[in-house]
Amino acid sequence: MLLISCPNCGSRDETEFHYGGQAHVAYPENPNELNDREWAEFLFYRDNTKGAFAERWLHSTGCRQWFNMLRDTVTYEIQAIYPMGAPRPDKAAPAPESGTASTAPDSTTTGTAAPSIAATSLATSTAPASTTAPEGATK
Amino acid sequence: MADLLPEHPAFLWHNPDPKPSYDAVIVGGGGHGLATAYFLAKNHGMTNIAVLEKGWLAGGNMARNTTIIRSNYLWDESAAIYEHALKLWEVLPEELEYDFLFSQRGVMNLAHTLGDVRESMRRVGANQLNGVDAEWLDPKQVKELCPILNINDNIRYPVMGATYQPRAGIAKHDHVAWAFARKCDELGVDIIQNCEVTGFVKDGNRVTGVKTNRGTINTEKVGLCAAGHSSVLAEMAGFRLPIQSHPLQALVSELHEPVHPTVVMSNHVHVYVSQAHKGELVMGAGVDSYNGYGQRGSFHVIEHQMAAAVELFPIFARAHVLRTWGGIVDTTLDASPIVGTTPVDNMFVNCGWGTGGFKGTPAAGLTFAHTIATGTPHELNKPFALERFETGALIDEHGAAAVAH
Ligand SMILES: Cc1cc2nc3c(=O)[nH]c(=O)nc-3n(C[C@H](O)[C@H](O)[C@H](O)COP(=O)(O)OP(=O)(O)OC[C@H]3O[C@@H](n4cnc5c(N)ncnc54)[C@H](O)[C@@H]3O)c2cc1C
Ligand SMILES: [Zn+2]
Repeated sequence: MLLISCPNCGSRDETEFHYGGQAHVAYPENPNELNDREWAEFLFYRDNTKGAFAERWLHSTGCRQWFNMLRDTVTYEIQAIYPMGAPRPDKAAPAPESGTASTAPDSTTTGTAAPSIAATSLATSTAPASTTAPEGATK
Repeated sequence: MADLLPEHPAFLWHNPDPKPSYDAVIVGGGGHGLATAYFLAKNHGMTNIAVLEKGWLAGGNMARNTTIIRSNYLWDESAAIYEHALKLWEVLPEELEYDFLFSQRGVMNLAHTLGDVRESMRRVGANQLNGVDAEWLDPKQVKELCPILNINDNIRYPVMGATYQPRAGIAKHDHVAWAFARKCDELGVDIIQNCEVTGFVKDGNRVTGVKTNRGTINTEKVGLCAAGHSSVLAEMAGFRLPIQSHPLQALVSELHEPVHPTVVMSNHVHVYVSQAHKGELVMGAGVDSYNGYGQRGSFHVIEHQMAAAVELFPIFARAHVLRTWGGIVDTTLDASPIVGTTPVDNMFVNCGWGTGGFKGTPAAGLTFAHTIATGTPHELNKPFALERFETGALIDEHGAAAVAH
């Protein structure tokens, strides 16, 4: 049983959550231009990383919000929890300078009730928002 | 009394060092790798071949599965390959000269809702058209075949009937692996344990060798049979597979006198149970939801399947869980395997058997050997090619494969 720290609700049992697979898979920008191979990639191919894996989770019996998690698929250790729309923390570009660090995650995962997630988050706010691909993930 | 198992055999194969080169190398010494090597040697005369296993022989899913063998799948393509496997299971003990206790005690798939009933009856019809033995049982017939099943209608999901395949059953999985390994060894195949493939040597787009922790081995052809690690190997070779690896757990109770005469599976309440030859109750259910390469899963998955088991089989309430374990299963989105050529020349893949590939072992081996030897699909594995994810010709077996088994 994983103990998962929901950004909105705090630590809860894995049984309250729903797994959403690989994170950061953007909906094709120009769907009409995709060939069959590219559609296959979008629909059926996902990374199957052995090691640190960025994935989506839904707190389905809690706040019902999606969030991202960086988890080791061998040890199952949760390395970071970060908002939808934010870049993957371990791959984030270094912050160009302080003051530009707002990542504008989708507003649903922020809120005054959110407990601090600093302990489980690697630098969720170090990349400029413009580098993140839009995600159609909150469904 | 429970059945006596055959004596543990003395050494059945040698442990050779890898040769500098082979005509073909099979990566993965589980059931599928061993069966493939056996049929390469036997049917195609390819004996200068090796099976490379990173751990010990058949220590992966082959040692961890719950050994259910059946062929009652819905679609023609699946029925064809699984039924071919079942026919091979029926003759293999003699052919391999090894009694691995294939026990055709039948498999029941319970229906608990009207949706289940309709789907099950449809599958029975499809099976019969495909020459697969299948029948529909009403609750009374279910009870006659398996008296310990609770068919009362005062439970949350009463048993509304079941499909039944009389020729289905269980076998001793480790003995199956040893049977194949011994024959492989006799035919001249090198079985090399503790030999992990860490990369591939390519000449342009053609594979020409494998890198291992025991040195580089040249080879004309490579066949991947690495189950849960298939995408890791594909990545080393430079292509992707539409596979997600998940932990899948199972468990056994202590030994009991024979009480359970068949195999019972329930997709809906999510548990399946058989009683092993020695007497343990063997149970399993679904995968853990997340991707995982640890050979363990979460306890709540086990708790859930125990609740289902006790409702269906009240007499199990006082049995004890003796051991639980997990394997790493390679699931696909249509719950069907992937067998065939890859984007890399001379490299072939057999994977995606997921939660239910033990039953397919002989047919996987037979048809994959054909594909490796000839470079072309076998009639039975052709529909399972990687291209189906592009063409859209998926083989959706979620109905027949929904409980992990
Ligand atoms: C708990 C559980 C219950 C199951 N129950 C059933 C059931 O009742 N009926 C059924 O039909 N199926 C069942 N299955 C599924 C079945 O076990 C698998 O589909 C099948 O065993 C896969 O084929 P295999 O035997 O070749 O796999 P494996 O035995 O896993 O073989 C793959 C081998 O590849 C090796 N390998 C991986 N990477 C490398 C590398 N880099 N170099 C060298 N070697 C490598 C691994 O060490 C492993 O030994 C179950 C699985 C599990 C985990
Ligand atoms: Zn929450």
